[in-house]
Amino acid sequence: MNRHSILRVVSKIFIPFIMLFALYVQFHGDFGPGGGFQAGVIFAAAFVLYALIYGVEKARKVLPATATRIMLIVGVLLFAGTGFVGIFLGGNYLDYSALASTVTGGQHLGIFIVELGVGITVAATMVTVFFVFSGQDF
Amino acid sequence: MGVVAFAIIRVRDLFAAVMLSGIFSLLAAVLYVDLGAVDVAFTEAAVGVGIATLLFVAAISLTTGKEKAPKKSRAMPLFVVIVTGMILLWGTLDMPHYGDPNAPANKHVVPRYLEQSGKEIGLPNVVTSVLASYRGYDTLGETFVIFTAGLDALVLLGRGRNRWRPGMRSNPKDEEREEEV
Repeated sequence: MNRHSILRVVSKIFIPFIMLFALYVQFHGDFGPGGGFQAGVIFAAAFVLYALIYGVEKARKVLPATATRIMLIVGVLLFAGTGFVGIFLGGNYLDYSALASTVTGGQHLGIFIVELGVGITVAATMVTVFFVFSGQDF
Repeated sequence: MGVVAFAIIRVRDLFAAVMLSGIFSLLAAVLYVDLGAVDVAFTEAAVGVGIATLLFVAAISLTTGKEKAPKKSRAMPLFVVIVTGMILLWGTLDMPHYGDPNAPANKHVVPRYLEQSGKEIGLPNVVTSVLASYRGYDTLGETFVIFTAGLDALVLLGRGRNRWRPGMRSNPKDEEREEEV
């Protein structure tokens, strides 16, 4: 799709806003609709769009295979690790109340971290699946 | 939505079918908003319209944009679909009416979530509270499902391609395969 100049220009303008919107959905999920899963999907969609327009090799330069693999693991470990931190601080597994001095503060922090973990994992998975299926997963 | 579904079946141009399936997801998202499930609608819009359409477009750009005309008769699949649909419709007859305050879904744990989560969790969005805190184990399991899906794609399709990595042993089978290509 290298010749479509309209697609190239429009996507170049839109991709930063797509990513910004993904971050908004991620961090505003506590207060409005949205959360880690949706944010991860939107974030991955930005990369897939870039890869579709500019080619997978260029997209792989922006986001190398090692980076997506590390993101995949970091997201899951962030979620599971938050549960274990809760145990060490004297609560049950995935009980966020023990994470901060107040119950609601701990829940806020726990949900924030957990949603971040979900978002990272989902984004990495979607990008990985796309790159692997397009046969260019160097 | 029914009209769009029929159009997806009838149309032979796969690119048009992908766009129509995106429209179908968008209509489904509108339906969820109408039912008050904003978070579900958001997911439907992001996944159904966004990433699924992108992946289908990528698949089309790798293969072909036209669907082949079917050779076999389609009477049997149609029969199976109609029977299954009638069984599903028959199953919904037992369900409580839409918006029934005495429905089991509105009686069990929902009042507690709606009334107590403000004090217990302190978040305005009850859906996030339920997903991340009350049902934390479920969400953890879902995250692992997604993680496993990504891992499976890597194991099945991305094997042995990491030639650029220093210190990695080369896989002779993969080199043979690439020579064939």
